[in-house]
Amino acid sequence: MNVTRRDFMKISGVAVAGATLSQLGFDLTPVQAYTAELRIKGAKETTSVCCYCSVGCGQIVHTSGGKVINIEGDPDQPTSEGSLCAKGAGAYELVTNPKRLTKVMYRAPNSSKWEVKSWDWALNEIAKRIKKSRDKSFTEKNAKGEVVNRCDGMAAIGSTHINNEECWLYQKFLRSLGLVYIEHEARL
Amino acid sequence: MTNNWRDIGTTDCALIMGSNAAENHPIAMKWVLRAKDKGAKIIHVDPRYTRTSTKADIYAPLRAGSDIAFLGGMIKYIIDNNLIQKEYVVNYTNAAFIVGTKYDFKDGLFSGYDPEKRAYDKKLWAIEKDEKGIPKKDPTLQHERCVYQLMKKHYARYDLDTVSSITGTPKEDLVKVYEAFAATGKPDKVGTILYSMGWTQHTVGTQYIRAGSIIQLLLGNVGMAGGGVNALRGEHNVQGSTDQALLFHIIPAYNPAPRGSDVSLEKYKEKYTPKTAEPMSVNWWQHRPKYVVSFLKSMYGANATKDNEFCYQWLPKLDDGQNASFLFMFDEMAKGKFSGFICLGMNPTCSVPNANHVRKALSKLDWMVDIDIFENETSSFWNGPGMNPKKVKTEVFLLPAAMYIEKEGSVTDSGRMLQWRFKAIDPIGESKADGQIVHELYMKVKALYEKEGGKFPEPILKLKWDYAKDGKVCPHLVAKEINGYDLTTGKLVVNFTKLKDDGTTSCGNWIYSGAYNEDGNMMARRDKADPTGIYLFPKCGFSWPVNRRILYNRASVDLNGNPWDPKRAVIKWDAVAKKWVGDVPDGPPPPMGLEGGKLPFIMKPDGVASIFGPGLADGPFPEHYEPLESPLKKNPLSPQMLNPATPLFKEHKFATSDPKFPYVATTIRLTEHWQTGLMTRYLSWLVEAQPQIFVEISEELAKEKGIKNGDMVIVSSIRGKVEAVAMVTKRLQPLKVNGRMIHQIALPWCYGWLIPKDGGESANLLTPTIGDANTLIPEYKAFMVNVEKLPKRKGR
Repeated sequence: MNVTRRDFMKISGVAVAGATLSQLGFDLTPVQAYTAELRIKGAKETTSVCCYCSVGCGQIVHTSGGKVINIEGDPDQPTSEGSLCAKGAGAYELVTNPKRLTKVMYRAPNSSKWEVKSWDWALNEIAKRIKKSRDKSFTEKNAKGEVVNRCDGMAAIGSTHINNEECWLYQKFLRSLGLVYIEHEARL
Repeated sequence: MTNNWRDIGTTDCALIMGSNAAENHPIAMKWVLRAKDKGAKIIHVDPRYTRTSTKADIYAPLRAGSDIAFLGGMIKYIIDNNLIQKEYVVNYTNAAFIVGTKYDFKDGLFSGYDPEKRAYDKKLWAIEKDEKGIPKKDPTLQHERCVYQLMKKHYARYDLDTVSSITGTPKEDLVKVYEAFAATGKPDKVGTILYSMGWTQHTVGTQYIRAGSIIQLLLGNVGMAGGGVNALRGEHNVQGSTDQALLFHIIPAYNPAPRGSDVSLEKYKEKYTPKTAEPMSVNWWQHRPKYVVSFLKSMYGANATKDNEFCYQWLPKLDDGQNASFLFMFDEMAKGKFSGFICLGMNPTCSVPNANHVRKALSKLDWMVDIDIFENETSSFWNGPGMNPKKVKTEVFLLPAAMYIEKEGSVTDSGRMLQWRFKAIDPIGESKADGQIVHELYMKVKALYEKEGGKFPEPILKLKWDYAKDGKVCPHLVAKEINGYDLTTGKLVVNFTKLKDDGTTSCGNWIYSGAYNEDGNMMARRDKADPTGIYLFPKCGFSWPVNRRILYNRASVDLNGNPWDPKRAVIKWDAVAKKWVGDVPDGPPPPMGLEGGKLPFIMKPDGVASIFGPGLADGPFPEHYEPLESPLKKNPLSPQMLNPATPLFKEHKFATSDPKFPYVATTIRLTEHWQTGLMTRYLSWLVEAQPQIFVEISEELAKEKGIKNGDMVIVSSIRGKVEAVAMVTKRLQPLKVNGRMIHQIALPWCYGWLIPKDGGESANLLTPTIGDANTLIPEYKAFMVNVEKLPKRKGR
């Protein structure tokens, strides 16, 4: 039998709802199917991979008007076949979380508070500090006289949470600065 | 993982040890249960009876930190009862190799130990070679210095009484586990080992995994469908970030980070490219120079030429012997070595052991950049418990990162499968993708050096960085860079077999080569076809290397290329067509028994797997040592208490066998929270399910201490204190260790002071600064604490 993903969901939704509710003497099946359909009706589907553990479960992200309206398991992804754990199933609340950072924040030395800043200001200031730290601590030769061309005065960590392409750019950037203190969660 | 997630569903026996898969990898557990439905035996060995244990046919408790004793006992059981898969062991491992006369093991130490350096002279463990340089062997496994006999002698001490006394596991449980798992030594039976941080986070963590690997080799389970040694890794792209070398000791794709004494590219290639005299060995790492030169071409583009060593000198170099891993990094930070610190998507003030030390260390910085999706305990350390912001000089820039669904790119699961994530929406507010932030920061730094000059600006100014379109990083261009190009044609290379060491190819990461070639983006494939019937899904995503779904698969066949287990054939040699069918084989040459045949373990210079592993810091055979903090005064097996090769951090406090801290503690994870909890503690649904830190305490200990279920207690180590709700439970039981009862407690480390209110602190305020001798992964899993009932406070 050739069943599309949506057909499958309809069938299984009907089967489950039918089995439980009809035992109570009600048959709400058509209502259940209708409401389940409504929430994501007309939404754009984008496939993704869950952002928590390393099982790599598939997710479908439903969006409408540039906003996420639902995230659920992707039945077409063979590792998870549509399943998600409590965290993955809660991803909607993660990505739409009102407490997410949406602006650059800055805490001045000895200050007790955050200040909102612009990206341009922050990137310029950070670049100046990177340069100052690097120029001050750059070591061309070590105590043995070997060429090491490294920056001893900075360290950088992270991250397992970014895409491979981002990891590659990050390591490239850090190594271009001469950092050797580079670490991330893989060693924890 | 040697295998992959779905593959677990094909096994006859799963040994889950050092992992609570049901709670921490719930969806993977589905395949464990699928195997069980088909008749597989499930074994769970863990200090705690967890939801994984409830699904197991056999559960065996043990004392945290005693797994090598447990596994050493299994090795002895397999040998004593002659349950090895002999043809596999003799031909595919170094069991038959003759070890040199200088190897020895006495009083818990291998030969060549230097107590001052806390290091071994590993040359003393060398294999004997003939005049051609080929290892000497005794295929009968009888020679007294052959690996098999040395192993037999080494583990002769691990008898049931001794093992039970160290681990606290009842003898009958040991036998049940050994018998069930050793039954997979038959050629057509297969067992898998599933481990997680319960194995890695110890001073002997690497040797835990070695012990598991030795068992799998003795039973002929490596390379097989439903077999292997499988790390259930923690974060969704931890495999990818490791492959891309966001680590001090490697550059991308497992090439060593250069050291001071590697004075030229030639010296580097000479030192790190393994050679072999064994004519039947593929010795794949002989190609390392191609991968390193192609990497340098990806780093520095046209600036990298043969005449300037492909800009090799621009790569930063560590001093010989220098260790820049976390524990050393934060010690250096506390001493004021660093003025600046970049923290991207991590929360070390909750995740690194002795977290109070980390928090203090951050206050020694001039500036810190934190890139994250939420405010966190690291970004706001200056405002945390015990901190006076007015006295903290560190400037903090907190940059808002985009969420995973707001950008595009690939991630690599624990089974080495790369999957492409598509972008659903634009980043919200002013947040930006991490890669975009890195790009913009690089452009700013570069502009400063262009304008002002500075120290050694070449690596910055001449870095190849052409990934942006209209100021936005294009992940496809980066993915292509990682795949690699033939620079003479400008086309993407089909895979790493086309890479060269003369500067005519580029490749950012050779093991990912083939993931994005002229045929398209292989990582974005979503075809569920399963032509082999063993769930390899060859057209779903891309598995490194070269889309191989099961590593070491040449070991899944006999010497003539016929599968040991025909009903779960991974590959098979087609004698007529003279080629392999099935999974992408570990190299195209014929099986070792046929003309032109090659040995199965292509990444090893000898062509076989190492039961005897002379390359590790702490010995060629796993040996039980006690955790740094132990309830015992003496190691029952030898005078050596602690792993003799692990570095000590003498300025930090420890309490071993100290009556003030009498209970063994271990840290655990929860389904509803993740790592330090930063990506779950902001979510009301998950916080409702797991609102605050608790500590699991046995009924016996609770009775002794007058603690009731739900009481607030204080858990203290010599380093710190954490308040927690007592969960009095049968899940932990006192164990009889070395003649007396030992209590163990367990607490999760997914909380922090910032959010939720009253959620409690990180359990890493308690954990010790010590790590594994090889990896320096901290010993989060076994340390000593005290537990006391907290007096009732107002409002509680």
